[in-house]
Amino acid sequence: MGRLLQFIFDHQQIIYIVVLMIFVGIEVIGRVPSVLHTPLMSGANAIHGVVIIGAIIITGKAEANNYSALILGFLAVILGTLNVVGGFVVTDRMLEMFKSKKNKQA
Amino acid sequence: MLGNIITIIYLVSSVTFILGLKMLAHPASARRGNLIAAVGMGLAIGGTIFLYHDPMTGLALHNYKWIFSGLLIGGIAGMVSAKRVKMTSMPEMVSLFNGMGGACAALISIVEYNNLHAAMANGVPEGIKLSIFIILLGLIIGSISFAGSMIAWGKLNGSVKDSSFKGQSILNIVLLVFILIMAAWVINHPASALWVYIIFIFCIVYGVFFVMPIGGADMPVVISLLNSFTGVAAACGGFLYDNKVMLTGGILVGAAGTLLTMLMCKAMNRSLKNVLIGSFGATATGAASVEHGGAYKEISMSDAATIMNFSSKVMIVPGYGLAVAQAQHICHDLEKILTERGVDVKYAIHPVAGRMPGHMNVLLAEADVQYDKLLEMEDANDEFKTCDVVLILGANDVVNPAAKNDPASPIYGMPILEVELAKNVIVNKRSMKPGYAGIENALFFQPKTSMFFGDAKKVLQDLCNEIKSM
Repeated sequence: MGRLLQFIFDHQQIIYIVVLMIFVGIEVIGRVPSVLHTPLMSGANAIHGVVIIGAIIITGKAEANNYSALILGFLAVILGTLNVVGGFVVTDRMLEMFKSKKNKQA
Repeated sequence: MLGNIITIIYLVSSVTFILGLKMLAHPASARRGNLIAAVGMGLAIGGTIFLYHDPMTGLALHNYKWIFSGLLIGGIAGMVSAKRVKMTSMPEMVSLFNGMGGACAALISIVEYNNLHAAMANGVPEGIKLSIFIILLGLIIGSISFAGSMIAWGKLNGSVKDSSFKGQSILNIVLLVFILIMAAWVINHPASALWVYIIFIFCIVYGVFFVMPIGGADMPVVISLLNSFTGVAAACGGFLYDNKVMLTGGILVGAAGTLLTMLMCKAMNRSLKNVLIGSFGATATGAASVEHGGAYKEISMSDAATIMNFSSKVMIVPGYGLAVAQAQHICHDLEKILTERGVDVKYAIHPVAGRMPGHMNVLLAEADVQYDKLLEMEDANDEFKTCDVVLILGANDVVNPAAKNDPASPIYGMPILEVELAKNVIVNKRSMKPGYAGIENALFFQPKTSMFFGDAKKVLQDLCNEIKSM
């Protein structure tokens, strides 16, 4: 119990962020129309591509002769970029269709 | 000084993620929202590459060759595959990209574990248990998300079939418990570098077994769930590096993804537990097929054309069959031809029709079908009784009356499109095979239902020609 309290005290900033972000995440998409479920999932998918930051950090701080870290990091950067770029582009393509149609209506 | 700038960049990026997600939830601003989040992501990536300094050593990042070539390869591959993918294959593409993110998180954990292990040669650093805990959490969630997404991807593009064996759910639980025990052991005995790979392999196996038995109608829920998993895995990285943008982005997606998963479960009136544990189909198919194995009638091309031509109101119910056949454009043509002849044509969209919520909306939007022609489920159900013809194009489970009146059916309780209220129902399918959920559909055997077999695109093409010649 004491250790748990100490843990919360030591990491209160992060814990605050986590708790607040959970509420924000739920609040922000709370009333999304079902039309947008697929693009929204795809957009959220692109946003968690932020994991690429970690991939860049591990690659960038690896010793120049630590090839296992370099290769794994390099792979991680590729995968993370795929997630980010692919995610945003796919989402944009989905949404593009909604837009072009709206212009025609107007 | 540089440290301050990167803090501000991360703050801006975090705000763009929140704003972007918020704007994505509204039709008018969705596209801009996506763009804003993308800009924020670019800022965060650029800022990290050039401004990041290791808080322990104060050193800037190096190995730029590796980083930039990785960015270049991933960027080109992502761009090309995302630009080339057909609209019908969007859902599996999302699943694939999600898997990439999960794998990325898992790789980060592996490298960090190795780093930690190397650092331990000079004595055990303080707070190592917490670091290992976070690393393993990222590894476990990331690799399960990766393996699960790959299976979901394979299932959606048809290369992986549903399969389950007796006692699989028990095996899954045993496997998960075993993984957790191993993880707990490693946290307390961070001795061997090998363990992290063993856990990784077990997680991959678990991820495969986890998604393998989940079938058909539940795939959207699974992808959404895995999407939020990857978010949490990314947040683990944020915790590890005390990196706020990874933390906010990851948790944001984790929370939003979980809510989206629950919204989808709600649309199908099922609990998440039910989706994950109850493997769909196997028992129900046997029981239901005995019950309804009656006679069905087929309708000829000219009859179908005639009846639609002389209707005053036609409702089209699109499903995955329409997407597979790429028939959205010809479907729009049929709608135009009928409209020219004074028929009121509308589309009834079930929230989980296709392979993802909103799948049909995206598909029909591609074909320029007008927004106000698409009715959501409740509105459509009000209008079916005034329809002369309901034309079902490759939809099955979302119009299965068993969801209303057969408590034994696995889809019992799911809200459906009540097409049987219309005067006539024409069902276009490729064969009498049951739908994706593997359940027989009593609708097909009702007297007002006629079957119209064939590929949706070809059938619609012929139908258009037939009606034009009338």
